[in-house]
Amino acid sequence: MKKSKNIRHLFVHIILLAGVTITITPFLWMVFTSFKTLGESMAIPPTIFPSKWQLDAYTKIFTSIPFAQVYLNTIISAVVTVLLQVAFCTMAAYGFGRIDFPFKNTIFLIVLSVLMVPGQIFLIPQYLIIMHMGLLDTIPAVFIPNLFSAFGTFLMRQFFMSLPKELEEAAILDGCNRFQIFGRIMLPLVKPGIVSLVIFTAKFAWNDFMWPMIVNTSPTKMTLAPALSTLQGQYGTRYPMQMAGAVMAVMPIIILFFIFQKQFIEGVAQSGIKG
Amino acid sequence: MAEKKQQVKVPKKKASRREKKDWVAGYLFIAPVTLGLLVFYIFPFIQNFWFSFNNVNKFNMATFCGLENYSKMIVDTELYQTLWNTLKYVVITVPVGLFLSILLAALLNSEIKGKSFYRTIYFLPSVTMSVAVSLIWKWIYNGEYGILNAILKVFGLEGQNWLSNQSTAFYCVMIVGIWCSVGYNMIILLAGMQGISKSLYEAAAIDGAGPKDQFFHVTMPMLTPTIFFVMITSIIGGFQVFDTIYMMIGKTSMAYESCQTMIAMFYRYGFEFGKKGYAAAISIFVFLIIMVVTAFQMWGQKKWVNYD
Repeated sequence: MKKSKNIRHLFVHIILLAGVTITITPFLWMVFTSFKTLGESMAIPPTIFPSKWQLDAYTKIFTSIPFAQVYLNTIISAVVTVLLQVAFCTMAAYGFGRIDFPFKNTIFLIVLSVLMVPGQIFLIPQYLIIMHMGLLDTIPAVFIPNLFSAFGTFLMRQFFMSLPKELEEAAILDGCNRFQIFGRIMLPLVKPGIVSLVIFTAKFAWNDFMWPMIVNTSPTKMTLAPALSTLQGQYGTRYPMQMAGAVMAVMPIIILFFIFQKQFIEGVAQSGIKG
Repeated sequence: MAEKKQQVKVPKKKASRREKKDWVAGYLFIAPVTLGLLVFYIFPFIQNFWFSFNNVNKFNMATFCGLENYSKMIVDTELYQTLWNTLKYVVITVPVGLFLSILLAALLNSEIKGKSFYRTIYFLPSVTMSVAVSLIWKWIYNGEYGILNAILKVFGLEGQNWLSNQSTAFYCVMIVGIWCSVGYNMIILLAGMQGISKSLYEAAAIDGAGPKDQFFHVTMPMLTPTIFFVMITSIIGGFQVFDTIYMMIGKTSMAYESCQTMIAMFYRYGFEFGKKGYAAAISIFVFLIIMVVTAFQMWGQKKWVNYD
């Protein structure tokens, strides 16, 4: 009996490890290529490990395109998006979830309706608004529309709704106003929700492609995803350089993922249960 | 309880001072999101609809043209080609992706060692920037120096230019799409499996059900709401596929036409050809198709999704 279980487990491990290989090989291939010379990257048959680990591709990318600036742009727009979007969503979620005021349900329904529509529908008018604001080709252009999220509001509202009503009633009797209740009592209690939203938003802002590509076209104003895409156009055959760019572009989120993997995975797992 | 409280409120007197203070606080809390969504999403939604009845030139001046964009769209073979491609993408990637993620979730939903290791690795592609993923896979598929052809050669197989061959390019992009999303969906499905009550399995075991019977007669039926959720989100995501296609299949590729999706077409008309009115009409078309498909799913779910 025990033996057959062991064999079954071995079999399961073999399938799972095959999956691991398929998942991980492209990442390894990216890293190995990024440390090769241009010549070695085109060797036939290909070498697996670089014969000498070179940093050429990494240094070259900083001199070929304003990569440091692009990196900084991405960090700024991601940080601003995360901070403001999470703040706005959490506030709104508290309002919708726990305060009564006229037309609340109607307004909330309007907010939710945004969730039902594929994002491309908004792109052309959003582009024109940003243009009329004179913000094309600036960092704020990248993050402004992303500061307001119906998804984030909906997610956080779920967390507020799950807290017991008595919490506030006691605080109101003690003479706290709504803002004190929000800051001192509620925020600490919805921390898991905030962490989830921070992760979702950071990942989205860091990886976003179409919108930043549309609004910012000069090389010094780009964020990472569009900049990587131009790398392909200009240096189409310089694979080590492309891979070096890819390594640096994906690293921050992957590091973040390894640190907060529990929160990453739980956040996603919950999306299925709540949805 | 909650209902009772509301009933007490119904014979409305004038709102008390405290209630009014609450109203003000409520409006202040929701103001940033509500105003932001109005300006950057709800107003644009209406404007986009309006644009679809306009010619919008390169300088973004709109002139009303009635149904011209739509009548052009109805006879545009390019639109039907992209619609066909998009449908093909959805019809292939969604079932294959779903099958693989259910399989992996089922394998991980046992008393196996290294569970969190597997989960972490499988989740990795879904946090990775799609543009970077596309660059990596483009390099893997490369016809001359790519690792895929080198591996095939070891097994004595002839490689080829995967991404410029019309009969393979689109499938190669689909593989990348599946590679990106399987781990993510697996996490959701695994959470669904873990939420199934142990007592159901115990009852099934008492009735003599083996692991296989338990999977097909307990796990799968109980998992249908989660499967439905994953399916709906995957289908909607599939209709909006853009990044990988745009990155991997260049304009000069022989396979260009056979790989363009509706959103790629929308992007080109809107932001490369400067035909924003026509692009707006395309985006409305995509929206309508997604709505119809989703409504169809919602209707169809009654036949196979279990809700207790």
